Parts: sequence; C-alpha cells; structure tokens
Amino acid sequence: MIMAQVSTSTSTTEQSSFNPRVHVGLLEERVTNVSSTDFPGHYPDEDYSWNLKEFKKKLQVKIQKLSTRSIEFDLVGIDASIANALRRILIAEVPTIAIEYVYVWNNTSVMVDEVFSHRLGLIPLNVDPALLEVKESSSDQATDRNTIVFKLHVECTRNTVAPRNSTDPAVLYNNSEVLAGNLEWVSQGEQSEVFAARPPAPTIPETVLVKLRPGQGIEMEMHAVKGVGKDHAKFSPVATASYRLLPHIILDEANPVPPHLATRFRDCFSPGVIKVDLRTKKVSVDKRGVRGETMSREVLRHPDLAEYVKLARVRDHFIFNIESEGPYEPQRLPLEAIRVMREKLSALKSATEMLRAQGNSDGDVQMTDT
Amino acid sequence: MSESLSKIRIMPGAPSDLSAATYQIHNETHTLGNALRWMLMKNPKVEFCGYSAPHPSENHIQIRIQMYDNSSSLTALLCALDDLGALFESIEDAFKASLEHDDIEVWDERR
Repeated sequence: MIMAQVSTSTSTTEQSSFNPRVHVGLLEERVTNVSSTDFPGHYPDEDYSWNLKEFKKKLQVKIQKLSTRSIEFDLVGIDASIANALRRILIAEVPTIAIEYVYVWNNTSVMVDEVFSHRLGLIPLNVDPALLEVKESSSDQATDRNTIVFKLHVECTRNTVAPRNSTDPAVLYNNSEVLAGNLEWVSQGEQSEVFAARPPAPTIPETVLVKLRPGQGIEMEMHAVKGVGKDHAKFSPVATASYRLLPHIILDEANPVPPHLATRFRDCFSPGVIKVDLRTKKVSVDKRGVRGETMSREVLRHPDLAEYVKLARVRDHFIFNIESEGPYEPQRLPLEAIRVMREKLSALKSATEMLRAQGNSDGDVQMTDT
Repeated sequence: MSESLSKIRIMPGAPSDLSAATYQIHNETHTLGNALRWMLMKNPKVEFCGYSAPHPSENHIQIRIQMYDNSSSLTALLCALDDLGALFESIEDAFKASLEHDDIEVWDERR
C-alpha cells in the first residue's frame, strides 16, 4: 500500500529516494557507492548522455525555509560537481563591498593602526554590490562609481556629571567604545541619489571596534571597494554556505521492527525521525523529520536492531544552507552565484571560440614540443 | 598575473585533429574544472575526461579530453560549455519558480 502511495506522488524527491542507484550506503565503519554512475557507457544499453529536457524533468528546486538572514533549499537531480560549484562561488566569487583603504589622521587608542585597519575591513556593509563597479587596481582613480567613503571621528572624554560612586566606563566617560555605528558615510558625486534608498552603513551597528579612555581618540577616512572572497575573506557575502545529502532510512517491509523493540529503535535516531504507532507499535519513517537525522548510526551499534534497517544518503538530493552576511537578501544569493557561473562559462566560451578560429587561420595547431 | 596569458590554450602534444588534447584554462579553479569535467563525461563521444589543478600557487587548471573516432575535443568542449550554461539557466528558472509559487516557511531570525 505504501508503494501505491509513492507511485501516485508527482514529487521526484521520492522517486529518487527509491532509486537504489542514487543511494550512498552508510555502514558501521564505511560508506559505499560514493561516486555517481550516471555516465554514458556505465550501464550496458543505458544512455545517460546529457539531455536538457530529461534534466529539467528531474530537476527539483524547493525553498524550504527563509528568514532575513538565511535560506534553506533543496536541489534535487543535480550532480555534486554542480552543487559544489555553486557553493564555492557563494563563498569566494560573489562580490561584496568592504573597506579596503584606511587613511589614519589620528589614532591614540591602544590598538595600533594596522590592527585597527584590519578590523575595519571585516565590518559587513549593507551596500548592494550591483550599484558599484570593481576598482581593478590600487593605482586606479577612485571615483563615485567604485568607492564608498566613510569617516570615523571619535574622542573619549570624561563625563563631568557622572555619579560619584559609579564604576561603569559607559557612565564615567563619553565615547568609551567605538562602534561600527560610528562610521559616517560621506556621499560622493552621484552617490546621494544612487544610494538614497539605503544609505551605506554597517549591517550590525553595535559591533565594538575598540575601547577608548579619556584623552584617546580616533580620526580616520576609509574607502570601501568591491571585491570577491577569493581575494580576502572579508569580501565573502556569506557566513556559511554548505550543503548536505538527504538522509534516507530504509525499513524492510518484509522484516518489520518487532513491537517490543519499537521505542528503543526510535530512540536510536534524532527526535522526530522515526514514528511509532501508539496502538500497533508499527515503526515508520517521518518524511519531514528524516531531514533532521544526524546519521549517528547509533542503530547499527545494537545487533538486535541493526538487522531491520539500512541507512543511506540520496546522492543527488542536496540540502543547501546559506547564511547571508548582509548585502544580499538570502534568496538572491543562489541567483547571484548562478549569474557568476554563467559569466565564467560565456567568457571561457568566447576564448575557446577564439582559439578555434586561430587554429583554423594558420591551419596548424601547436602540437609538437618546441 | 600578466595580462598577455590567454584564457585557454592547448598544451603541446595534441594531434592536429585534436582528438586528444589537454587544455590549460587560466584563472579558473575546481569550481569550473569539476563541473566542466562532469559535463564532458556526459558526452558519449568522449572516451576520457579528467582535470587537475597542477600546483596550488599556479592560477590555472588543466583539462584532458580524449575522444572516440578521432572527433574534435575542441567541439566537445564548446558543446559542454553551452550545455553547462543551459543547466545553470534551468536551475535559475526552477529556483525563481520556487520563490514565487512554493509555500515557504518564513521565520524571524534573532540577530
């Protein structure tokens, strides 16, 4: 009866779960069938060559959870190389804005200039990177199209009206802490119009940058530019970008878990993964809950329970988890990653076409070592 | 790195019909290398395809393509680039569709 339910379902998620070819087996001390086998020539008389229509039919994207800072979505029907390309691009190649040049006019704090400058660079900014151009090198002219200017001017003084017995620096002194929120944006050229909707500022204004005491002060000018995470991690738009494979727990219909073992069996898994029927003590896997299984393989440590179950992961079902660091809304990040990838591909394509044209023009491709 | 280096070049040793060639792609990493390798391996005319990043401090990858029946590896490469573009386009479309039509659990995150 359960099989009948599955066959009527339109979801490819379940279909791929029931296809043993996409199962990565998890045994006590080893994993099995790790590599994908969907290549031409792997199985006799089966095609598996690239077919866009077939791919689109199998592809399934489902956004599961969304907040202002993070997104969880499923990508079903793709190969690990594709999922990994997206993950790597999210971390290293989706551009953001960060402070890159710091001009120190005065710094009498306890922190030396270069350490403080490094800290400034790490502040996440809320600027939409699409609104700026890349400043290719440090010798390039800074313009309102490629640079955002911030000013920081904080002096710490005594609070003359502080109560006598107070010991709290925040009460005793004015500006005892320099916060990211103290950065002031200095609009350049057209920027007051371009950034009118959302003036450039740190995403988390309460970040403490340095503590000051009376007589100490900081005066600096900062230039923020557009860059990518592969140059410096401060340009990475994500806090984390990761994927994992969907856990899959296979219960044998012909050899069900006996009622007296049901609760012990359930407790071997993460909460909510295994359901036990209150009346019949029949054990089943919760379709939603199985996503949260940690794959601890605890059940395999119990010889009396291990025989009733097989553990696996679904090789083509990726559960992505992305936490945005501010400049992009989380749901925009995967789209940006895809855009970057497609730009890479078209750049390489035009270069390859040029290579072919060159090869044809002189009728000879370099082939012998010179 | 210097600007004069071309984005892609054929390593010495390839036959003139390019039925087996190693391509050196400048300024690329495993990100593109592995995806491209996978797409080339989906081509039934490709006998072998593999890629490597020869040295961590050198900013390029090499991709080796060997073809059946003396067909051109350059054609296969161009075809794979097109197909990979179409693949990512369809992921983009599917993601946008999910964003619009799916019932998404929206939750408030404490900062």
